[in-house]
Amino acid sequence: MFISKLMKVIYTCALIIITQGIAAADVSFGATNPNLGEILPAEYVDQVDFVVMPNGDGLPHGSGNAVSGKKIFNVQCVACHGNEAKGGINGDLAGGHGTINGPLPKKTVGSYWPYATILFDYIRRAMPYQTPGTLTNDEIYALTAYILYLNNIVTEKEIMSSETLPKTKMPNSEGFVWAYPASE
Amino acid sequence: MKKLTENMNFSAKNGLLDRRFFLKAGLATSGGLLSASTLASEGKDRFPWMKQPGSGMGESGPSKYESHIKRDSVGSQPGTTGSGASRTPIEHLDGIITPSRLHFERHHSGIPEIDPGQHRLIIHGLVERPLSFSLESLARYQQTSNIQFLECSGNSGAMISPKPLQRKASDLHGLVSCSEWGGIPLKVLLDEAGVKPEGKWIVASGSDAAMMSRSVPIEKILDDAIIATHQNGEPLRPSNGYPMRLFLPGWEGNACVKWLRTIKVTSGPSMTKDETSKYSDLRDDGIAELFTFPMGVKSVITSPSLGLDFAGAGIYQVKGIAWSGSGRIKTVELSADGGNTWAEALLDQHVLPKSLTRFRSAWKWDGGPATIMSRAIDEKGNVQPSRESWFVGRAKNTFYHFNAIQTWGINAAGEVSNVYL
Repeated sequence: MFISKLMKVIYTCALIIITQGIAAADVSFGATNPNLGEILPAEYVDQVDFVVMPNGDGLPHGSGNAVSGKKIFNVQCVACHGNEAKGGINGDLAGGHGTINGPLPKKTVGSYWPYATILFDYIRRAMPYQTPGTLTNDEIYALTAYILYLNNIVTEKEIMSSETLPKTKMPNSEGFVWAYPASE
Repeated sequence: MKKLTENMNFSAKNGLLDRRFFLKAGLATSGGLLSASTLASEGKDRFPWMKQPGSGMGESGPSKYESHIKRDSVGSQPGTTGSGASRTPIEHLDGIITPSRLHFERHHSGIPEIDPGQHRLIIHGLVERPLSFSLESLARYQQTSNIQFLECSGNSGAMISPKPLQRKASDLHGLVSCSEWGGIPLKVLLDEAGVKPEGKWIVASGSDAAMMSRSVPIEKILDDAIIATHQNGEPLRPSNGYPMRLFLPGWEGNACVKWLRTIKVTSGPSMTKDETSKYSDLRDDGIAELFTFPMGVKSVITSPSLGLDFAGAGIYQVKGIAWSGSGRIKTVELSADGGNTWAEALLDQHVLPKSLTRFRSAWKWDGGPATIMSRAIDEKGNVQPSRESWFVGRAKNTFYHFNAIQTWGINAAGEVSNVYL
């Protein structure tokens, strides 16, 4: 009898705790997340993933050198970036070496950019300006090689690929520090 | 009115009045002006627009008399129409909210026309479950809204010019706006996807033709980042990222990726073109700082300003905007004597964290050549620097994150110009 009464009290208390717990959880994000995200298959994720990391993660198969890159550049890029990537209407991609710590820094791919992988990432995302998404991976590697060649970073025949591009050291690779996280 | 001016409390030299001057004056200056319009019958006066019913309800824009107030100095890269910027006409606005049609723009390959039914937000990378969200499903998540500024880190870059450029306030500083941003805390969606322990950054990419991308540390995402879907009550305008954008309160605008399509959780930054070659801050030792995210404490006087001249000696309202990426504005001070004495400006009611704050004061201009400048201090104690001190340690032609004090000069004719002291 006593035990049964006690059980009843415990049961009631537990019920109150449980119901109050649910009521409290109802106003928090965690419990009310409707969980509507659709799980994506890996093949689909791969189609929308354009991210290239400085260590080469995200670089696709393919390759090209400056010889083939020059031909593509002179058709697709020269109108905006100029002959040999200088003197165009939209900023030089070559030259300016050694100016970064001088009185008039001139920022180009060769003089300023810290990683060669950025070229592939950016060209694949955004170029050619009027028709992005129309270059093959081989063509992007070739253009990357040509711009690096114009900056005396690789030789004319050197092959750029997911293997070689992350290992290509940029002249100003030591020229950066991270402001984040802030040092107190 | 005369009686009041005789008893003015000057709080700093050269005519800066007590910041409550207008509040006091307001009590005594009511009483309407008699218009010179044609007199109607019975000895009472009506303007022409009071003599017939006005137009109907529905779509309407600003008054035709204010049609000059629009986004300003629209400019695009040579050979392009959508790769550039337009500016908020800050000298024509009051309060802290920027009307959505006047919010500044900075695009990298035009404004995409996105079908919201087809658009998806995709979270992938170092997560347990790569997820896709439709706009419809996101609308069922608990949303939040906050009034916060957005500033391009290239704002005020023209101030590095060796000689002061004679440009309007909006041309100099119009890459800042403030909106009520509504959306879903990104943390909630990342929790649903399940971030793996090695996930320390995210890389956000837009679905514009340039697929603009930026890396953001996950601490910021978990702190206060949202997927913004609404701006000032309505769905985002296409020029501000419709149907969704990343919004990082207090951090540089470029990182708040518009037309957001993918968020990849990564172990480190991707070192995108924009975060390395563009939005990095070059020092005078040749080293460049990456990831200088928070916008510094700053204020700008929008009136008087170039083009808004004074019309003779007397009392004028001095007003402007102040903001800080680190929190609330604590005080804004004004100086009319080149920084020798400072008077505290009055702040409007809404002093919100990482938001524009409106400041005002009264100034009795004596009709002679003068200067006026403002200095903001935030709740963390950060003080807006002088132009001279801003340059210390920076490379000559670096212009990002310019937050130094700017000075307007007024000549005897009341004409306003941009001056360096």
